[in-house]
Amino acid sequence: MITFKGKGVYGAVAIGHISVFKRNETSVKRIHVDDVAAEKARLETAKEKASQQLSEIYNKALKEVGEANAQIFEIHIMMLEDDDYNDSISSIIETQSVNAEYAVAVTADNFAEMFSSMDDAYMQARSADVRDISNRIIKCLSEEDGESSASDEKVIICADDLAPSETVLLDKDKVLAFVTAYGSSNSHTAILARNMNIPAIIGVGEEFLKTVKCGDMAIVDGFTGEIFVNPDDDTISRLEKKKTDDEEKKRLLQELKGKENITLDGTKINIYANIGSVDNIGAVLASDAGGIGLFRSEFLYLENTDYPTEEQQFSAYKRVLESMAGKKVIIRTLDIGADKQADYFNLAKEENPALGCRAIRICLTRPEIFKTQLRALYRASIYGNLGIMFPMITSVSELERILAICEEVRNELQDDGIAISNKTELGIMIETPAAAIISDRLASMVDFFSVGTNDLTQYTLACDRQNAAIEQFVDTHHEAVLRLIEMSAKNAHEHGAWIGICGELAADTALTETFLRMGIDELSVSPSFVLKIRDAVRHCNLKKEVTL
Amino acid sequence: MVSKIVKVVNAEGMHMRPAGIITKAAKSHPDSEIIMKANGKEIKATAVMQIMSAGIKKGTDVEIIVTGGNEESVLDEFVKMFEDGFGE
Repeated sequence: MITFKGKGVYGAVAIGHISVFKRNETSVKRIHVDDVAAEKARLETAKEKASQQLSEIYNKALKEVGEANAQIFEIHIMMLEDDDYNDSISSIIETQSVNAEYAVAVTADNFAEMFSSMDDAYMQARSADVRDISNRIIKCLSEEDGESSASDEKVIICADDLAPSETVLLDKDKVLAFVTAYGSSNSHTAILARNMNIPAIIGVGEEFLKTVKCGDMAIVDGFTGEIFVNPDDDTISRLEKKKTDDEEKKRLLQELKGKENITLDGTKINIYANIGSVDNIGAVLASDAGGIGLFRSEFLYLENTDYPTEEQQFSAYKRVLESMAGKKVIIRTLDIGADKQADYFNLAKEENPALGCRAIRICLTRPEIFKTQLRALYRASIYGNLGIMFPMITSVSELERILAICEEVRNELQDDGIAISNKTELGIMIETPAAAIISDRLASMVDFFSVGTNDLTQYTLACDRQNAAIEQFVDTHHEAVLRLIEMSAKNAHEHGAWIGICGELAADTALTETFLRMGIDELSVSPSFVLKIRDAVRHCNLKKEVTL
Repeated sequence: MVSKIVKVVNAEGMHMRPAGIITKAAKSHPDSEIIMKANGKEIKATAVMQIMSAGIKKGTDVEIIVTGGNEESVLDEFVKMFEDGFGE
């Protein structure tokens, strides 16, 4: 297996054989010939070959797609034998003493023109058939070495770069993917690939063309910009899975984009997306999520070598809020510690970091870090629909301290004459059993809850998530966890708060109906799961009695 | 010479598939010359491109003219093809 890398211009996976695009094959020059008879003989040979190829394709199609669909190739053979068409070619060779390629090309233009000018869209499209058979003859004329291109298989077109006229001449139904040695994201090949919804990789370098040959098996990954030539079994199965998943996702996208998240009985729910960096906003917008249910602000800290400044944070939050154009954006305040570490925090080494100084505990022991983040968040609040969410809450007094700091920050900003939105919602993560158990008291203090199922499960079941040895003891659908969520939902609603789920369980379609029955208002999942969950929601019927 | 006028019943008119069927049938009777008259044009039944480019739509009257060979039976065969809507 050899791997090449370039720039992917359309995210999709294609698996197939390589066809190296040969230049000159398709460009026709007008050449004077002295021996007209010999030229006509050349034409006859090429036509016979073209006819032969079409018969092979016809027979193949007959087996694979049935007679009705194969018939087109039989008609192509008739077109090839058509008297008017052939008389035109012969007369051009005779009267102008030119090469057969040119005569075929001119005839093709004339006949195609005739079809194009008809007042019937279907017949207009027949000009493509004339061009198709003509190109086949021209190809046979220039391939006198006998190389067969009878194959009707879809191929991965590899070239140095493709000119617009060349991409036009390509039979698009036979292209699986494009891979070019040069070219830019705006090159014609790239634009064409995006229009055709097929993967393309550009700028893989000239070494690529020296290595591959026609017929090589290859996999094109338009997401990563990789092309695997003669891939090994592991790569094949990995990419086949990726291809299937992608196709499933695109199918859902086609069917469900723009549709409501509504059950069969009319219950609606919000489906938001989880993201960990400003760079993921594109994925969120493409996923058709109704908002961002969890924006992990850690990346600002983890990607830095020192505490990110208020300005740095402000510009990141502002960008997210503006990009989401008024849709809900819930930003979770700093959640580091345990498995997420930044050196400059100089956190002491702990016996048991999962139960140690992490998340909100760092913020409350180092309020200056917390206040910087809150100032940046409130300043950004006027640019969209912001929600601020605090992680790892265990007690009422903790939350009281947090809310006091928030008020302090708001007052400071107002004193400085800085505008802030008064619509900013405040919420907490329900990710400790303690928070779930006292959720009745916490709910009256905030606007919303968001259940972090990963931590809630680990703390409830006393099972370390990172410890593979105890995997058999981790039941992600454990009744205790589900009861805590149900309890939190009931308490939230009784005290005027709404409740969402942003942990991994939110994306578990086996639980979608369970969550809907609990009255969960929002599910926040990774952008790639948004439509899958929408699909699951649209299949639920809460009116139907469940037998327990 | 025998002839008969038929109406095109195919919803999409004489498009690619009927044209192919006519040409194939016409070529199986090399002794008969088969001409179709429609929209004021004369079209050879063996010329697939002519049939396609004539743009004969549904409801158009087409006169089928057969000369030579087994005229009557060839005409019957063609009339039947038109009436059957070319199997569509």
